[in-house]
Amino acid sequence: MSEIKFNDETLAMVQSIIKRYPEGKQKSALLPLLHLAQAEFNGWLSSPVMDYVASLLNIKPVEVYEVASFYSMYNLKPVGKCLLEVCRTSSCWLRGANEIVEHIENKLGIKDGETTADGKFTLKTVECLGSCGTAPMLQLGADFHENLTFEKVDALISEWSNKAEHSKYLDIDTFRKN
Amino acid sequence: MSKKILLEHINVPGINTLAVYREKGGYASVEKALKTMAPDAIVEEVKKSGLRGRGGAGFPTGMKWSFLAKPEGVARYLVCNADESEPGTFKDRYLMEKIPHLLIEGMITSSFALGANSSYIYVRGEYFYIIKILEKAIADAYEAGWLGKNILGTGYDLDLYVQAGAGAYICGEETALLESLEGKRGNPRIKPPFPAIAGLYGCPTVVNNVETIAAVVPIVNNGGDWYAGIGIGKSTGTKLISASGHINKPGVYEIEMGITVEDFIYSEEYCGGIKNGKKLKAVVAGGSSVPILPAEMILTTASGEKRLMSYESLADGGFATGTMLGSGGFIVMDETTSIVQNLHTFARFYHHESCGQCSPCREGTGWMEKILHKILDGHGTIQDVDLLWEIQRKIEGNTICPLGDAAAWPVASAIRHFRHEFEEYVKNPAVIKEVKHYHNMHNLATA
Ligand SMILES: Cc1cc2nc3c(=O)[nH]c(=O)nc-3n(C[C@H](O)[C@H](O)[C@H](O)COP(=O)(O)O)c2cc1C
Ligand code: SF4
Ligand code: FES
Repeated sequence: MSEIKFNDETLAMVQSIIKRYPEGKQKSALLPLLHLAQAEFNGWLSSPVMDYVASLLNIKPVEVYEVASFYSMYNLKPVGKCLLEVCRTSSCWLRGANEIVEHIENKLGIKDGETTADGKFTLKTVECLGSCGTAPMLQLGADFHENLTFEKVDALISEWSNKAEHSKYLDIDTFRKN
Repeated sequence: MSKKILLEHINVPGINTLAVYREKGGYASVEKALKTMAPDAIVEEVKKSGLRGRGGAGFPTGMKWSFLAKPEGVARYLVCNADESEPGTFKDRYLMEKIPHLLIEGMITSSFALGANSSYIYVRGEYFYIIKILEKAIADAYEAGWLGKNILGTGYDLDLYVQAGAGAYICGEETALLESLEGKRGNPRIKPPFPAIAGLYGCPTVVNNVETIAAVVPIVNNGGDWYAGIGIGKSTGTKLISASGHINKPGVYEIEMGITVEDFIYSEEYCGGIKNGKKLKAVVAGGSSVPILPAEMILTTASGEKRLMSYESLADGGFATGTMLGSGGFIVMDETTSIVQNLHTFARFYHHESCGQCSPCREGTGWMEKILHKILDGHGTIQDVDLLWEIQRKIEGNTICPLGDAAAWPVASAIRHFRHEFEEYVKNPAVIKEVKHYHNMHNLATA
């Protein structure tokens, strides 16, 4: 296994993010750093990746584990190349979220929380994402797909069937360099 | 006519850019505040405006600001709460996406008033595309000299940063938000001490919602009295309402406080009435945490008047007959809606989002979700309905933070106002299948 290390560009971003907080409060950078780590290391946080983040912030690995396991956006197990997060809270449910979930389950042959055998797709139901007025919706990487219909979902799935890269929440231009 | 203050320029092409925002008078409040006003004078104007926090609780903003401790040599912080995870609420996202400089301007003017030299905007992680928009807008503001050292040559320094959350509703609770900003689990802190005394890194801190901070801009520009003249009674100014569910025109609306609920639901200017000409069944008026009300009660107060969109009118008569304005997340349900099923989505939400520190919340939310599931599976009993009632009562008021109450109120109100529906499901499970089937077909056929 290759050594776990951010690429140079990400490392520069890490240093820039740490500078956002007062001296000695570098632990505040933990959440953003975990997002960067997940984006760079295949969409999930393995123990060695979390240990690496701990070393960057000079904190104990357990401080990283307890945080990573608290927040729902961090994946502690591998996920498919394309992570489909479908909202199923009230407003989305009122406008057909259950049917969207069912449609994806049938189409991909997986249940909520599962990954397709080819490792391409993971389906995850999530709680309200603030698109209630454009329900039903799903999040794919940083993008919100709203006013969903079966056709829109089908188009997304076929688009992502051929992609090689991982869906992710952020890219290197997301954060401003301080 | 709708009153547009925050959203006045929302449809101007390019209003998301600094140049166009400036053309429309943007950053005037920073000029005025930094060059002509003392910090305390700004706090006074905010007090006079009667502005109440737009994050849900509705606490008077000026008063909150005046509680901020000011010990010598200790940093003070302003933290903007852009966690926006209350189901049914999507107004802050709209504002940040469309007119990001309004929030940034509000952050500068407010930070100056509070004596903060570093401020943070804590944005829920799922809004990464918003984070990108804000980061770009902040970079532009730095470049133009609105942020950084010696702003406008006044000697005032301010750094502004965006912090990404990572998917936890509880991080909207202000002390959990501060824990999260310190790189920890989002466990709410026991209060007191309040953040105004010991907040971020133990320093005096004000936490305010996006919309609250944006409202400081017009208040500083036009004066507190001007703002107080808009709205009704102690509900001054305008409010952003996020409307969703079975209505013809879901979206974010800026309303003058005091319009009638009926107008809001039925007029073309706002929600445009119920989808497919169906009848109104119920409304959750202020986000998932507030009591649900049946149609006749949301339209009319306990005293028999038309209910208004204001803090006081929505709460008229207490929880027996009223609800709350909350975050302004307005969820509308038509006559086909199963209240029990809807409640199940809320119960599941609170169970999922409980931070787990207090047993009544940790255990109670899960238990309520399970019972509702059992009822919806056709195996419920009348005792289960009574048990639900008992559990919510034991959660309310017995937890560290208000998430426990927020989980209890929807359950209490659903049973209070729709007990017959629970009983129908329990006595005649066959009806559930029909309701579920009908509900699904209805939504898809008309999507
Ligand atoms: C469980 C919970 C979630 C909350 N979520 C939010 C939120 O997403 N946004 C927000 O501004 N306030 C939220 N609040 C309210 C905050 O604790 C706090 O009162 C608010 O940010 C203060 O700002 P304001 O005075 O401008 O309203 C939440 C409170 C609780 C108990
Ligand atoms: S009430 Fe619930 S969310 Fe709040 S501190 Fe207790 S367990 Fe955590
Ligand atoms: S309920 Fe689905 S985005 Fe809010």
